[in-house]
Amino acid sequence: MSAITTKKRGGKMHQFIVVDPNLCTGCETCESVCSFVHDGEFNPINTRIHRVRIEPVFDIALACQKCEDAPCIRACPEKALEKDPETGSIIVDDDKCNGCGYCCRACEFGAMTMHIISQKALVCDLCENMKDEFVEEGGKKEPQCILVCPKEAISLKNVEQIGEESRIDAVKRLFGDVSEFSSK
Amino acid sequence: MSKAKDITLPEEVKGYSQIRIDVDLTSGKIEKTTLSREFCRDWIGGYGFGAKVLWDELKPGIDPLGPDNVLVWAVGPFPTTILPTSSKYGLFAKSPLTGMFGMSISSGSVGAQARRAGINMIVMKGRSPEPVYMVLDDDDYYLVPCEKTVWGKGCWETEEQLREEFQDQRLAVLAIGPAGERMSKLGCITNDRNRQAGRTGMGAVMGSKNLKAICFRGTKSVKVAEPAEFYKLAKKLIKVANGPATAKYRDLGTPAGITSYNKLGMFPIFNHREGTWEEIDNGTFTGDALKLDWVVKKAACSQCPIACDHLSRVPKTHPNYPNIVASVDVETCYSFGSACGNTDWPTVFKCITLCDDLGIDGISGGVTAAMACELYDLGLITKKDLGYELPFGSTQNLVRFTEEICLGKGFAGEIFGDGTREAGRRLEERGIKNAGYYGMHIKGLEMPAFDLHGMSSFAVGESVSIRGACHLRNGAYGLDAKGKFDRFAYDKPLERGKAIKATEDVYGLIDSYIICKFTRGIYENDAELAKVYELVTGIPHTEKSLLSRGDAIVTLSKCFNVREGWTRADDHPPQRFFKEAHTKGPTKGVTLKEDGYQQLLSGYYEARNWNPETGVPTDATLKKLGLDFVIGKLKQTTGGKKK
Repeated sequence: MSAITTKKRGGKMHQFIVVDPNLCTGCETCESVCSFVHDGEFNPINTRIHRVRIEPVFDIALACQKCEDAPCIRACPEKALEKDPETGSIIVDDDKCNGCGYCCRACEFGAMTMHIISQKALVCDLCENMKDEFVEEGGKKEPQCILVCPKEAISLKNVEQIGEESRIDAVKRLFGDVSEFSSK
Repeated sequence: MSKAKDITLPEEVKGYSQIRIDVDLTSGKIEKTTLSREFCRDWIGGYGFGAKVLWDELKPGIDPLGPDNVLVWAVGPFPTTILPTSSKYGLFAKSPLTGMFGMSISSGSVGAQARRAGINMIVMKGRSPEPVYMVLDDDDYYLVPCEKTVWGKGCWETEEQLREEFQDQRLAVLAIGPAGERMSKLGCITNDRNRQAGRTGMGAVMGSKNLKAICFRGTKSVKVAEPAEFYKLAKKLIKVANGPATAKYRDLGTPAGITSYNKLGMFPIFNHREGTWEEIDNGTFTGDALKLDWVVKKAACSQCPIACDHLSRVPKTHPNYPNIVASVDVETCYSFGSACGNTDWPTVFKCITLCDDLGIDGISGGVTAAMACELYDLGLITKKDLGYELPFGSTQNLVRFTEEICLGKGFAGEIFGDGTREAGRRLEERGIKNAGYYGMHIKGLEMPAFDLHGMSSFAVGESVSIRGACHLRNGAYGLDAKGKFDRFAYDKPLERGKAIKATEDVYGLIDSYIICKFTRGIYENDAELAKVYELVTGIPHTEKSLLSRGDAIVTLSKCFNVREGWTRADDHPPQRFFKEAHTKGPTKGVTLKEDGYQQLLSGYYEARNWNPETGVPTDATLKKLGLDFVIGKLKQTTGGKKK
């Protein structure tokens, strides 16, 4: 990814949900919990994070990538979507959204869907709108999929963090056990 | 309160959808009714639902492969919730393999999708005039003729094709393969490619009904009674499920057991001739070797934090089986590996994929192959019969044999295509005396990966299992492996019996919930196991009342067996364990002792409050367990007592 600058806005780099396919087992817990903390009932069809299994050996989950120039916003004929400048999340104005689904078609990651009951656009809000009753005592509203993922496969990162991890991995591959490195 | 009927029911129960679908395949009629709150409270789910319906609605003595058999599909109150391993489902019918209570449990995405379609139980009767598959798509239930589409296809292609047709990769499909279609008594049901309801020939029952597959898809929500409290507990359970209690299932997977049971002389080698193997001692055929050289991915069923499924891949460069991926567990390492004297991993993987795709149970299939290897070794069957050699340690010919028993082809298919008991019978009919001796089964169901020579408690536990040879009905192998009792002795029959009963009751409950037994250890205690039930359903069952239901469910399915002609002689391990000792290892020279075994068996019956002589549940016990409807319907059989 060479789009670091496009993720910057006012000096901020927005974090988004990242899933490691090496750790993801495809268990669907993230989907169930996402629907539950927002709606108070389990229904993975109303999830904002989506498991994808490609048989026989690949599992991952995808959520909103917080694109800088978000195709979903551009596609919406009702101007119901906007980007939260603080978090980068897509905010859906339910009063304006008429359920036409163009945002779903525009999203290149399949991260935008429609709520099966309300027929309003549904997208990852990093659990900002989760129900209060599910917030732990002394806790805060934070992405619940990250909290419950049994394999710790889900994390919140920005592209710079991802890049740095990739660079460190690359260096380890190139130079082997760097703890024994000597320039002599 | 220990009695279920004393428990006050809430106005509305949660978790359960309470929807029962009745399908008459003969007429094609499908009906929807409501399960009462009392039914849910008393029979909990899966196993309990199956046991009650089969007792009430199956006519005794019917042909398991005829239209009168009743096939029950059921879940409990948990699927789609994040309770660890909640997506399991069960199938129940009279077993064509055992002639007794048949049950098989699987997982994957089926339980969860079906629950979102609002289905709690399906009861299937009759026989369709033409091959069909069934669709339950939210409130649309219908049968689709499929002779020209998926009939004849493997389980994998069937699933792929139906997902294509619905344009929905998340469609849950459970299907039979060609083996189930031809009503092989080994016939299994495959879903999500790698998950099987394998045991007791439930695939053959589907085949006998001309039912190729069942597809589920749903958009309905599941509410729980106490959302906030449930969420808190479920989060904790998910965390614990990644702790020490499940480490072996996550790290090496169930094949971790190969090494530990080999050390105790409990891992079956060469069709149970031996209980320990140098190929395991030297690290060739172990869970570690499997993980290091072959495992490429760990995958999970819906809502499972453990991910025990260890997917192994044969490299593209392999001359015979390039690029195949198999779902490997300890049972198939035993059945197609050690039991057949085979250490070639790609051969094991290929045999697994044949079973999963063509649709036979991987345990029964491999154990049947092991019987054939031994018969070949002894010269009781020959190359002339089979068309190829089949000594212990065969590789390509083992694959060939497996394919033939799946498809019912050749001598192998004709003789061995319905499992060990039938094979013994058929060979003896052809004049090969004592061939049945080499079939390692109990009640007709092939044995799982434990060798009973030095396992006096589990010899009882495995033999009393309602569905035939099985380690998952009471897990009594733990009593031997962990040394709770002397595994070479026959003392303390009542204490041993009580210990077996205790786990059997919990397992009866777990199979009704239905959750996975690998999560047994994540609950602090049985009270916590009861708590999740109350938080989800709102029904204030307690640990005591729920375990009593476990007791009742086990007893009712036992009554089913008695009604079908069960006698004490059926609760007995194969004669090999009494007659031939291992020649090496910690169990060298050990055999089971008939007198001692019979004492322990009586101790178990006594612990269950069944008649200690006949093994039949007494009227007093039936009454106490709320099984009054059974009283007067059982003959107090004496046949086969103390053989």
